[in-house]
Amino acid sequence: MKIHIKGGRLIDPRSGVDAKKDVYIAAGKIVAIGDAPNGYTANRVIDAAGLVVCPGLVDLAARLREPGFEYLATLESEMEAAIAGGVTSLACPPDTDPPLDEPGLVEMLKFRAKNLNQARVYPIGALTQGLKGKRLTEMAELVDAGCVAFSQADAPFADTQVFYHALQYAATFGFPVWLRPQDPALAQHGVAHDGQVATRFGLPAIPVCAETVALSMILILARETGARVHLARLSSAEGVEMVRQAKRDKLPVTCDVAIHHAHLTEMDIGYFESNSRLDPPLRSQRDRDALRAALADGTVDALCSDHTPVDEDAKQLPFAEAEPGATGLELLLPLTLKWAEESKMTLALALARITSDPARVLGVDAGHLTTGHAADICIFDPERHWKIEPQALKSQGKNTPYIGLELKGKVRHTLVDGQVVYEF
Amino acid sequence: MWLTANPQLDKKGQLHHLLTLEGLPAEILWQILDTAKSFVGTRVKKFPLLRGKSVFNVFFEPSTRTRTTFEIAAKRLSADVINLNINASSQSKGESLLDTVDNLSAMHADMFVVRHSESGAPHFIARHVAPDIHVINAGDGRHSHPTQGLLDMYTIRHYKKDFSNLRVAIVGDVLHSRVARSQIHALTTLGCPEIRVIGPKTLLPAHVEQLGVHVFHDMRQGLKDVDVVTMLRLQNERMQGSLLPSAQEFYKFYGLTGDKLAAARSDAIVLHPGPMNRGVEIDSSVADGKQSVILPQVTFGIAIRMAVMSIMAGNK
Repeated sequence: MKIHIKGGRLIDPRSGVDAKKDVYIAAGKIVAIGDAPNGYTANRVIDAAGLVVCPGLVDLAARLREPGFEYLATLESEMEAAIAGGVTSLACPPDTDPPLDEPGLVEMLKFRAKNLNQARVYPIGALTQGLKGKRLTEMAELVDAGCVAFSQADAPFADTQVFYHALQYAATFGFPVWLRPQDPALAQHGVAHDGQVATRFGLPAIPVCAETVALSMILILARETGARVHLARLSSAEGVEMVRQAKRDKLPVTCDVAIHHAHLTEMDIGYFESNSRLDPPLRSQRDRDALRAALADGTVDALCSDHTPVDEDAKQLPFAEAEPGATGLELLLPLTLKWAEESKMTLALALARITSDPARVLGVDAGHLTTGHAADICIFDPERHWKIEPQALKSQGKNTPYIGLELKGKVRHTLVDGQVVYEF
Repeated sequence: MWLTANPQLDKKGQLHHLLTLEGLPAEILWQILDTAKSFVGTRVKKFPLLRGKSVFNVFFEPSTRTRTTFEIAAKRLSADVINLNINASSQSKGESLLDTVDNLSAMHADMFVVRHSESGAPHFIARHVAPDIHVINAGDGRHSHPTQGLLDMYTIRHYKKDFSNLRVAIVGDVLHSRVARSQIHALTTLGCPEIRVIGPKTLLPAHVEQLGVHVFHDMRQGLKDVDVVTMLRLQNERMQGSLLPSAQEFYKFYGLTGDKLAAARSDAIVLHPGPMNRGVEIDSSVADGKQSVILPQVTFGIAIRMAVMSIMAGNK
């Protein structure tokens, strides 16, 4: 199948190209950008006039809920959501049931995902068996099965020694470790940022120090062990500042922020709106602004969807009892565009945070448009408004603080390996 | 972003639900206080204002005093009262809160009086009941206890006449207290110029000063020249552990004794939402002393609840 993407605005953040250029695809790969190769005849021409042609998005945190939580979402529904959101590569955390702690589970997930022939799935393996924080998993086996990194998801370590050893062991073989900085004891029972909203509403709070205490321990142990650490979902100004300093000190750390946290604050809890119950909690405007600034200056490497489909029944509860999380795969692009517009960022820089930068964090060949490489492409209409409604979302998770609102930026075509897998 | 219309008010700006005192206009607070005064001042025992209406006391958390005063208030207004202790029935069978609310709505209630252990539960219920049903919050988690806040305002007004020249101190476990939050919002709305909260750092919420209060950790300093002292109940489970070492040490620093009360103005009044822990947050000699207005609070509480219910029933 030869596809000619014609007349679009091509933005490739990695090479810095932002110009009107055609893309020529053959046998799943990009064969030329700009001028057609000699003797090229397309089987199909996609008219991209007025559209942006960019690398398929790379999402660092999308819960697919398989295995174990198929009542919340299935691989089928969430992979559909991914390509509808222009996401062609995604990393999924190991907090499934059972957790991704055995090669068989990882192989099965990879196999099922591959058969769907949609987005590429990069499993993050469990760092400890059953995510119990006690015994290490067989990391080399898991890497052979397809894991690209290891994580504890939101589960705590039994003690600091296990944590220390896990980092030492992973560092021995150069396996990246992804950690979400949150001290479990300080965050215990908390449901909202320890700020004015939690104070007014009497909601049990999660202080910023839950993040910074955990961060300081992670950074110290990363320095000590030489482990390559990725920090998942920062939420506070203080946390971001610690990472900025660590990067200045040449520590090999990377970090991401969830898309909701780049936009929303504790005020968006409104009158106990359980769709705004997220983990980490939405913090103050000052924190939100610091996250945005850190995204702009590159302290934060990537924006992720933190896609977490939650059952409707688990959200139809008083705020504190509601399950945290929001659907995100289909909102990653429009919310990134919204951030770019509000922060007066160039489109190329904004798109870097959801394409080339997360691909670098993942360590995979994705998130760029290069001749001779796989044609994973997202073509979107940057001006088209659409209303976020349950029926407009492919994901089985319909819960988002943006429900009922209009956002700008709609994916028109998604290509994986040179195949059109989604069209709108 | 989602701060839409105040969920407590109807389209005409009248009280439809009573969920919190935060954000309620002063006129509505004055209206409730004035209406309550007319009930206090009368010898009439029974009013026909809620005749033919049914009031459901839906308590997800045990309570004797609040539930009883709501029941008395509803009966004095001629309503039919149904008491439901949900803790012991459907929730333990796994029925969801939404199902419970739907079922109760289907029983043609006119008013729900709700107590729940989670902050925000009455907001959730108000969002899901049929539009003609009124919801009154009888205490939700740490969030709000609006009728308690109102009866405290009634009591203060009764003894002090005017809010515009008062110093009020709220002492103890502010962090977990819905009473403290309700008082702070009401006092602010009614024009009280100086509100103080007094307690150890472990029992004060973050950024509490953003609610418009002054923070004190030393009780004698905090009580200096105040006109009103509200003592908060210290729950048993807070008395030991990592928030406080012991009830005795709490009493030493924050228990209201005659000696500490002497720092306040000589005509200062002492409030307590009850039930009291004598010898923990308050000394018996103060609780039973001449400055205590703790029992009148209970009496005024019935009038306040009558006022709230009759005003809501009249707002159609």
